[in-house]
Amino acid sequence: MSKKGFSLTSISHKYIMAAAGAFLMLFLVSHLATNLLLLAGDGGAQFDKAVEFLLTNPAIKIMEYVLFAGFIIHIIIGVVIQLHNSSSRPVGYKVALKSEASAFSRFMIHSGIIIFIFLLIHLYHFFFVKLGFFPLYAGAETGHDFYPMVAYTFKNPVYSIIYILSFIFLGFHLKHAFQSAFQSFGLNHDKYTPAIKVVGTIYAVLIAVGFSIIPLYFLFLYN
Amino acid sequence: MEFKLKIWRQKNASAKGKFEDYTLKDVSPEMSFLQMLDYLNQQIIESDGEPVHFEHDCREGICGSCGLYINGRPHGPLTHTTTCELHMREFKDNTTIVIEPWRSKAFPVIKDLVVDRSAFEKVIRAGGFVNANTGSTQDANNIPINKKISDRAFDAAVCIGCGACVAACKNSSAMLFVSAKVSQFAMLPQGKVEAKERVENMVTKMDEVGFGFCSNTYACEYDCPKGISVEFIAKMNREFFSSKVCKSKK
Repeated sequence: MSKKGFSLTSISHKYIMAAAGAFLMLFLVSHLATNLLLLAGDGGAQFDKAVEFLLTNPAIKIMEYVLFAGFIIHIIIGVVIQLHNSSSRPVGYKVALKSEASAFSRFMIHSGIIIFIFLLIHLYHFFFVKLGFFPLYAGAETGHDFYPMVAYTFKNPVYSIIYILSFIFLGFHLKHAFQSAFQSFGLNHDKYTPAIKVVGTIYAVLIAVGFSIIPLYFLFLYN
Repeated sequence: MEFKLKIWRQKNASAKGKFEDYTLKDVSPEMSFLQMLDYLNQQIIESDGEPVHFEHDCREGICGSCGLYINGRPHGPLTHTTTCELHMREFKDNTTIVIEPWRSKAFPVIKDLVVDRSAFEKVIRAGGFVNANTGSTQDANNIPINKKISDRAFDAAVCIGCGACVAACKNSSAMLFVSAKVSQFAMLPQGKVEAKERVENMVTKMDEVGFGFCSNTYACEYDCPKGISVEFIAKMNREFFSSKVCKSKK
């Protein structure tokens, strides 16, 4: 560790991880809001309008790059922290730690890896296909025709189950992440932290449930 | 009481250690954990064996010397209790007790259950003190300090530097220890003078000596025998941020 430079100490890693994570958590809210338009029952009219806005607004174009950077930074720093930590106890314990630390906090890298794999599948569907890297999904007429693609994809129970499981793991990830970001920013206060933990749990459940009802809708209600 | 003990034995720092089994009979429930080990060692010595090495000093929960990883928890099963204050009545009769040293790259084993905790000393030498000459003891009212703040500083200052936070952390991070030291000074007028340099130097040293990175699991708070709160880690994060952002280049 160098004595110079903001990005190299353990605390700097925390701040960067938390900042990128907090940004991604805000992104999830806007993403969910857009996706819930799929449930409007209007054949995707409102959803298409929202997609059209997102695809044509120059500010969103810029945010796309920021978002990409947010993911890359969060993933890289997460891996760096994990590699550093796995070398910090070369000889382990015979009796595993009986700690009260929550399972959510202990398995962040594991839930993170599952989310990353899901992200690759997700990017394949909505980004790489759009860019023409991969052939269009059957049922979608053009790369921009997202609603039929969503409907077609979620009609496949295997994909829907993978999607829901991924969001359950994302919920686990967020359960720890929300309050952890506050702690990393130094925002721990005996008056507010209990409330932050409750809000974090509600947030994690809403994101996991909110995203999961979309494949369930297409699987069981959509014709 | 009777116990089966599984104890880590290691001849020296470079030797390959292993667990050895002992059966200890006639253990009094009133014995402290260290007295139980003394009792075991007495029997080992009488049979010309090498006694189990472990650290201890005050045996009243103040010095921070004793630190054993007992049945999967630093300092054993009781919360807010050091190994020396733990009594055998807390264990079920006729059970196995597994005793291990602290495990961390920054705390290498010297012999048996004794680890080298000089990494903590290095962190303290990097800034865990007040340079300014504060003179001889002054009248208590000369430096007005809010009672709540002085109590809070004391909450941090009760850290005995035992290393249980490192032992309990899945990442072997020392942030609870370092944050307690940073905070106890940062809250009081004498310590505030050098607060910015202190936090930077201590954090840098903490990273240098090989501790892991904190990932906010809070296992440290749970296993700290003095109940030091992770609020101090948040405080250290704030102190570090403000030192990086606000400190003048000159």
